Amino acid sequence: MSQKVYADAVREALAEEMERDPLVWALGEDLTTSHGSTSANQYLGLVDRFGPTRIVNTPISENTIMGAAVGAAVAGSRPVADLRICDFGLCAVDELVNQAAKIRYMFGGQVRVPLVVRQAIGLRRGSAAQHSQSTEAFWVHTPGLVVMTPGTPADGKGMLKSAIRCDDPVVFMEHKELWGATGEVPDDPDFLVPIGKAARLREGSDLTIVSWSRTSQLCAAAADRMAKDGIRTEVIDLRTLWPWDREAVFASVKKTGRLLVAQEAVQVGGFGAEIAAEIAEHLDDALKAPVRRIGAPRMPVPYAAILEDEFRVTDAHIEAAARSLLQGEKKAA
Amino acid sequence: MGPDEGERMMAEAIANEPARIVGLYRTMCVIRTFEEEAAAAFDRGEVIGSVHQTIGQEGVDTGVCSNLRRSDLLWSNHRGHGHSIAKGADPIAMMKELYGRVGGTSGAKGGSMHIADFSVGMLGSNGVLADGLPMACGAGHSILLRGEDKIVTVFVGDGTTNRGPFYEALNWSMIFRLPVLFVCEDNSYASSTRTSAVTAGPGPVARAQAFGMPTVSVDGNDILAVDAAAADFAQRVRSGEGPHFLHARTYRIKGHISRDKMVYRPDGETEENWKREPIGRCEKWLMDCGVAAEELEAIRKDAAALIARAVEEARAAPLPDRAIAWQDVQDHGAPERRRIA
Repeated sequence: MSQKVYADAVREALAEEMERDPLVWALGEDLTTSHGSTSANQYLGLVDRFGPTRIVNTPISENTIMGAAVGAAVAGSRPVADLRICDFGLCAVDELVNQAAKIRYMFGGQVRVPLVVRQAIGLRRGSAAQHSQSTEAFWVHTPGLVVMTPGTPADGKGMLKSAIRCDDPVVFMEHKELWGATGEVPDDPDFLVPIGKAARLREGSDLTIVSWSRTSQLCAAAADRMAKDGIRTEVIDLRTLWPWDREAVFASVKKTGRLLVAQEAVQVGGFGAEIAAEIAEHLDDALKAPVRRIGAPRMPVPYAAILEDEFRVTDAHIEAAARSLLQGEKKAA
Repeated sequence: MGPDEGERMMAEAIANEPARIVGLYRTMCVIRTFEEEAAAAFDRGEVIGSVHQTIGQEGVDTGVCSNLRRSDLLWSNHRGHGHSIAKGADPIAMMKELYGRVGGTSGAKGGSMHIADFSVGMLGSNGVLADGLPMACGAGHSILLRGEDKIVTVFVGDGTTNRGPFYEALNWSMIFRLPVLFVCEDNSYASSTRTSAVTAGPGPVARAQAFGMPTVSVDGNDILAVDAAAADFAQRVRSGEGPHFLHARTYRIKGHISRDKMVYRPDGETEENWKREPIGRCEKWLMDCGVAAEELEAIRKDAAALIARAVEEARAAPLPDRAIAWQDVQDHGAPERRRIA
């Protein structure tokens, strides 16, 4: 294990996979240059090592970044397309949803589409309405896609490597605040985080909090504070949203009988609703209190910090929701 | 190019490669018959969804694809039956696909608009216009990365030249000098709207030239003109000269889809264009050059017999097992077959 910054860890992941498989390559805007964002460190120096045929610096053409990745995958290579942030990913919805996700199926399984599309999610102070969204639920709703939302540098590395080795199209959604975050990362070049496997960040028996991406770290912080009052909270970081680790979540809720789902994204129609509904539908007998959700209000993200905080879900919000859930009880039928 | 020149070219071509030219005629006849029978099957209610016929455009499909190798890659659009047949897909498997039966090219999951045959480099017809262009660029990157001796061809209609990805892809292909042959089948109509009514400027060729791309514009209903231009451009793309743009002027004799009554067309326009359709012109030139009418008649009969067999086999083929619907969604998180009790 070594301490690493997220951007360095995922750059290593990409470089290791490119060394391992000569058919892996990357394309996106500014991959060989930098405009000062920490996101650029994810590709720093790779063009010198792998050349411009494998680290492809593209025009500002999201449709073609995404579409070329699909075409390249169909024609026998393994592209990693970087759309920078998920707000820009919306410029290339068609190529992702109508092509990447459909081609294997609608052509009767003649071909697979092994690509990774990176599009970062989340709030980054002051980025406002068009650079702050969390659109992961859109892609979970689309059959054919795998959706990953790593929440730590180690997961970033191990999950990107799994995504590159996966034969399904993978939407890889790191959190923007992660780019500069530091954490322990395994040194083993074959370190992989399995697709669809959640991580249990805290073990407990009083309630379960399910989350993903950066918010799962906030949940862990809330759990640590409640632990001082003797509340034992189980925190599950899903890591992969599709397929999500149903087994881990079900086992935990069976144990605790209480579930809070926390997400940074807009709550209405968010992925948390799917988990809440699955539990309500299948584990009603195990529930001691109704399932609760916490997520962002259904509004665009405002700019000024004081306004942005109206949108933001904090660890204090999560703690308050968790404590309230512990008070709750199901009404008798 | 006037008719006299067509005749002169035909005479030369037949003198040089008699079997090949007759082969082009044969392919056009197979496509024409396939399209007629596909529409008839739709009218009988045996084929569902929609059928986009390429009647009148067989010269472009055939002239271009006859210059591609089996290993070359092809991206089609929604009007893809002709591209598929000309690239070497089996019309019987294609008809089974239209019928939604076992043995269809896409396993009965695609239908008329999503025919693909990867065994002949036909990477798929597509229901979203212009999406083939960025994908063709990506295939070009793969070819360069893998060091393969292949080119990519993508068909695009005139109406599609008003979509953004068209411009992104033309620019992109030039920047990376990709082995892509763009073919614009200019059939005058964007669905039921006349393309000229919704298109500014002098048209597709000028638009491609704005990116510095080599272009050629030919009479798409003249099979030999298309063949010659495609041979030249395919060879240039293959030899590493970067992307090229072939513009073929043709006319969509039928409607956007087979049930389209074409109420938007001026009286007489369709009839006028029937006189210029590619098969009849090719036939006349062939006969003028001494090919026997009986030989051409035999080719037409063979084409009719092949497609009649395709319809017969498609009708007789079994329906797919329901379990097929659940397959090939994805490896991770595939849907589980269930029914609500």
